[in-house]
Amino acid sequence: MSRTARLMMFVVAGGAVGVMLVLGVLDLPHFGSSFHPYRDAAVPAAVAHATSNVISSVNFDLRGLDTLGEETILLTSVLGVAALLRPAEDEEERKPRRAGSLLDMTRLFGYVFLPLTLAIGFITVAHGALTPGGGFQGGVVLGTGIHLLYVAGSYHAIEKVRPVEALEYGESLGAGAFACFGIAGALVSASFLGNILPWGTFGELFSSGSVLFLSCAVGVEVASGVIVLLAQFLHQAIEVESHVEAGKA
Amino acid sequence: MTYYAYLVAVFVLLTGVFGIVRSRNLIHTVVCLSVAQSGTYVLLLAIGYQRGVSPPVFGSPPVKPTTSVTDPLVQALTLTDIVVSATVTALLLAIAVQVHKRHGTVDPNELVALEG
Repeated sequence: MSRTARLMMFVVAGGAVGVMLVLGVLDLPHFGSSFHPYRDAAVPAAVAHATSNVISSVNFDLRGLDTLGEETILLTSVLGVAALLRPAEDEEERKPRRAGSLLDMTRLFGYVFLPLTLAIGFITVAHGALTPGGGFQGGVVLGTGIHLLYVAGSYHAIEKVRPVEALEYGESLGAGAFACFGIAGALVSASFLGNILPWGTFGELFSSGSVLFLSCAVGVEVASGVIVLLAQFLHQAIEVESHVEAGKA
Repeated sequence: MTYYAYLVAVFVLLTGVFGIVRSRNLIHTVVCLSVAQSGTYVLLLAIGYQRGVSPPVFGSPPVKPTTSVTDPLVQALTLTDIVVSATVTALLLAIAVQVHKRHGTVDPNELVALEG
């Protein structure tokens, strides 16, 4: 299909979708209004379960099953990327070239912010049930934070501290722990992912029952997943070379 | 202008799709898909917003719980949405790398033949 034809089709179809969306939107409750029936149900439920971050309560307690599905999507996509980016037959691995010089300022910022970022990541995961954050957010901070070592140091440095094989197990372990919590909940409280721990006191670190531990399981999975994912892309960009390119060089 | 934020969501979605249609580079296509998905974040958060109230996090030490907060359900859905978007982006970028290896181009217009 030519570009003009495709554009014409978009104008017609996109216009129709746009008109329908606008018509639908005009029937929604007004922006900023006080009509929120789900909130009115979710907030008392979270408070009854001693979880002061209601969003974490929704994710890991009220809608825990959805989060298990979401975790599985993450796991599957990391598997898919690993399968797609494995070296092909006509490619070979090469020794990564030593990078050029680095600004001292970049190096300094990297080494200052590396421990800081990792600490913030751990705090975000551990306090997922209390303050804004949780396993997903903290896991991403941890997984990307460790790559400051690549930015400020070198590929060799990040390769040393990043045990990709162990992290692949770590990822499955996080997903498995989440599912085990679910089965344990089914056995103890007769509902999948039901709470199996004491609820604790509202607003304290060890409150909210299973939410804290589910958040940590997700944190482990997401951090490992992000590192494995980025490792695949970095490996592809830095270490893999096709014969065609090798011939040119 | 009580529908303003919803209309922004529609605009962001259609802009992203427009970018996909006009794309000449698969990486650009993937980024445009992310833009289109961002429209759904705006829509979800706009639905959950209420003027003049605090976020649904009571913190530690906790403030007194109240139901006059923004809607936590759509915020949790937005989180799910972002995670799914990130994983889909990673997968599509890996596919783009493969396409470049097999066909030597990332222009969707030059990818005409189907391969079994």
